[in-house]
Amino acid sequence: MGKMINIQPITRIEGHASIGIQLDDDGNVADARVNVMSLRGFEKFVEGKPAEELPRIVNRICGICPWMHHLASNKAVDGCFGVVPTPAGHKLRELMQTISHAEDKLLHFFFLAAADFVIGPDSDYAVRNVIGIVKANPELASKVVKMRQMAKMILDKFSKKTIHPVAGVPGGFAKPLLEEERVDILDKMRQILDFAMFTMDFAKKEVFPKYLETIQSLGVIKTGFIGTVDDEGALNLYDGKLRLMKPDMTYEEFAPANYTDYLAEKIIDHSYGKFPYAKSWNEGFSMDLENPKGIYRANTLARINVADKMATPKAQAELEEFRSLFGRPAQATLLYHYARLIEEVYACERAIEILEDPVITDPDVRAKVEPKAGRGVGCVEAPRGTLIHDYSTDENGLITRANLIVGTTHNLGPINMSVNQAARSLIKNGTYDEGTLNKIEMAVRAYDP
Amino acid sequence: MKVNVASEWLNSCSGCEISIIDMGERLLDVLQVADIVHLPALMDSKYFGQMGDKSHLSIPKADVGIISGSIRNQEHVEVAEEMRKKCNIIIALGTCATHGGIPSLSNSYDNEETLDRYYSTESTDVENNKNDTGKGYPAKDIPKLLDACYALDEKIKVDIYLPGCPPHPDHIFHALTALVSGKELKLPEKSVCDTCPTIRKGKGDLKKLRRFLEAPLYGAAGESLDKMRCLLEQGFLCMGPVTRGGCGGDAKDPRCISARVPCRGCYGPVRHEGNQRLDMLNALVSNGIDINSLPESTSLLRFSGGHGMLRPKFKKKKEI
Repeated sequence: MGKMINIQPITRIEGHASIGIQLDDDGNVADARVNVMSLRGFEKFVEGKPAEELPRIVNRICGICPWMHHLASNKAVDGCFGVVPTPAGHKLRELMQTISHAEDKLLHFFFLAAADFVIGPDSDYAVRNVIGIVKANPELASKVVKMRQMAKMILDKFSKKTIHPVAGVPGGFAKPLLEEERVDILDKMRQILDFAMFTMDFAKKEVFPKYLETIQSLGVIKTGFIGTVDDEGALNLYDGKLRLMKPDMTYEEFAPANYTDYLAEKIIDHSYGKFPYAKSWNEGFSMDLENPKGIYRANTLARINVADKMATPKAQAELEEFRSLFGRPAQATLLYHYARLIEEVYACERAIEILEDPVITDPDVRAKVEPKAGRGVGCVEAPRGTLIHDYSTDENGLITRANLIVGTTHNLGPINMSVNQAARSLIKNGTYDEGTLNKIEMAVRAYDP
Repeated sequence: MKVNVASEWLNSCSGCEISIIDMGERLLDVLQVADIVHLPALMDSKYFGQMGDKSHLSIPKADVGIISGSIRNQEHVEVAEEMRKKCNIIIALGTCATHGGIPSLSNSYDNEETLDRYYSTESTDVENNKNDTGKGYPAKDIPKLLDACYALDEKIKVDIYLPGCPPHPDHIFHALTALVSGKELKLPEKSVCDTCPTIRKGKGDLKKLRRFLEAPLYGAAGESLDKMRCLLEQGFLCMGPVTRGGCGGDAKDPRCISARVPCRGCYGPVRHEGNQRLDMLNALVSNGIDINSLPESTSLLRFSGGHGMLRPKFKKKKEI
């Protein structure tokens, strides 16, 4: 066996992982894989805790998308206790989730991913980051920081705590939205929508055309997809049914509560995280690049592939343009970035729609809740993919059992495959440099893990 | 002269790093006086060299080292030790680093119990997964778990503690600017109650606590916090008395209570060595409140289960 290349840690991602590339004696790739380095064990330690406390415990799974865990958890507890949130409580939750999506995508695109495109994949690692962007393009950077901060501070100001939120509660929301707050947030979301459209244009003119060749080759694999759609087949981030699509576009739809009939998780020896796969396809699990089995993807590209349309006009126009360029389903991994910006437009438009709904300021935000025995499955689309929280409670409303499938994990198989594909196509006969290794990481970054 | 800063995250969620970014435009001010030399969330500096071919884990030298997250596996220990070696000052950022944080709830169980559950959930494919551990637990090229989840100072010396889940961006900003300018850093040392403006009437006739399943009483939605009766006096468990204050940052009002939701203790104990569960139960008992009205008490230590505060239950040996 030849040399071992150890890319550790994978950087400008949100979790803890490394890439190991084993070369053979000729310096070609014998094996390449991603190791998930840590395990915290939420599934075990929430047992015995009062269910209503879980939305304030499990949000700590992720500090970037704590609203997603907070809300999926609230939905699951609603299910256990058999309560339906009041209309205003329901809408306030969705509003927070949608604005959080808008903030998250700006963060990922500009703070984490953009350096590879704006500074360049082969540039010096010391400047290939957001600080490099601040120095190279201070005007853009200052605008990005301002707009991302504006979105984040909407959440912070209204909900009072946005990293590890507390304002979602079983039965609805902890506090109502005042009319003057609604007007203020609406004005800000319109500004953020303008910025989302600016970002879309910027990327379509300055970023994607320059890297078209890379987009069509780097980390490209062929898989199925999963995402949430409403009754009309439009993409929905907060609620709906799950659509699991094969590479040939045929699909099954199911209620999130039935997820175990369709999805399963494989234990992989080099990863603490389990690898989900499509159990209902009855073909098993394989990450073989030529002939993968059971492999589907989640997150932005998956959601816009499974959806027939976008429910808002500007996002729909962007989707149509995207499909005219790349078809459906689009398989190129770097298109996750493009899809992310389309979803950014949708999230802003959807937040504005919710803010224009009169029910949003209704003071009746919380339905009465009694602890009891039951089971609840809460599902939302997190920025990084379909998020499932599944709890059972005893008669005192204490958790007896919890199972979680976290957004990023759906993509663990595909990420491994994309890294494998990128490594094999970029490293030949022992020839590679720092830029090569960064390009392999770019195949990971597209998934925003 | 600029100050060099290195930052690492261990057994963590990245919320502390996002709180750094939530300084907003002040972050750009900090970057005028600080050079970041290592920060995996935002920068591409690698442990084993940029070509991935070095055999020893290495982090660049820095004046200030910021570490978030608790210590749960062998790699966390190596990274923490390397940071200690290369940085003059180590800041423990966030309650996971200062006290173990939410993941230290796993200290109520041994690793086998945690792994057994995680690798046998309803969606886990348990067949054909036996490997040489006999149990199908992953073991190849991933760091070995330690026996428990540790606070940072259980493994390396810490110079500055900045608790909070996450620490408020105002505190991070004040801490960094104090370090850069060489000024003394002053952090709040009072309890959440000391910073909470709600109305307290003193010992009342409260005998039992209620679970947080209904909204507390307060007037109009926009009414300020000083018009609302203390949530503990309204009968809801609120960890304010035994929790370090400051979560509201410069605005002062405690964050969760401002959302009309009781405190759960995310800034850790008031004194670094305090025991939030013991102190809270004592406070309740001394006020004549029946602690059996709590559904359970482990979660009173949900933010501070490191330092041996939470341990696996004593298990009887299986009868043969």
